[in-house]
Amino acid sequence: MLASRVFGLVGRRSICTSLCLRAHGHAGVVKAEDYALPAYVDRRDVPLPEAAFVRDLSAQQKALKEKEKASWTALSVDEKVELYRMKFNETYAEMNKGTNEWKTILGGVLFFLGLTGVILIWQKHFMYGPIPHTFSEDWLSAQTKRMLDMRVNPLEGISAHWDYDKNEWKK
Amino acid sequence: MRRLLARRMKFHLLGAFLVSVGCATLYKFGIAEARKRAYTEFYKSYDPMKDFEAMKAAGVFESAPPK
Repeated sequence: MLASRVFGLVGRRSICTSLCLRAHGHAGVVKAEDYALPAYVDRRDVPLPEAAFVRDLSAQQKALKEKEKASWTALSVDEKVELYRMKFNETYAEMNKGTNEWKTILGGVLFFLGLTGVILIWQKHFMYGPIPHTFSEDWLSAQTKRMLDMRVNPLEGISAHWDYDKNEWKK
Repeated sequence: MRRLLARRMKFHLLGAFLVSVGCATLYKFGIAEARKRAYTEFYKSYDPMKDFEAMKAAGVFESAPPK
């Protein structure tokens, strides 16, 4: 209710946006913003984009466009190329050309992997405490012996690689 | 640019088919057949009682201690 009071006091005009204000001087048509117009794209799957590449033609280019309306056999090769470049930014060959970006990416990836490695080494050296006693040599050998006694994974796993007759690992 | 999609699609369809069939073949012969062979080899000369006695002697059974 207060808002409508303010509305009445201030008047409808000032609620308009600046665009609307400008419109009142141009027969009610708002100037189309750049982003709202059909755009030019360099895409493999869009062979004929909605707009030409060069939007504002110089006088020379305008003259060329006039010449284009006549017979095309009258155009020289340079003129044809100029007309092409006015309409398109890159040729298909230029568009599809590979870059050297992969080198940057690979380098970045390897660099950060290395940095991570440095951090991990620092952590192991300075931060972490001792590992559990169950990782000692004696414990591990006793553990493995028990696994072999129990015939753990006798078909394709650890017991399959132990020679029970000779009491050693299979060659 | 002529037949751009058709060319690309043909290339990729063929490639996808070959890659998937290749993977399946490699799996079959590398992993599946090898596993089947390992199992048949093992069970050819497997004597469960002998195996049990060996395990019992090693002392891994709580309810069947080595004598």
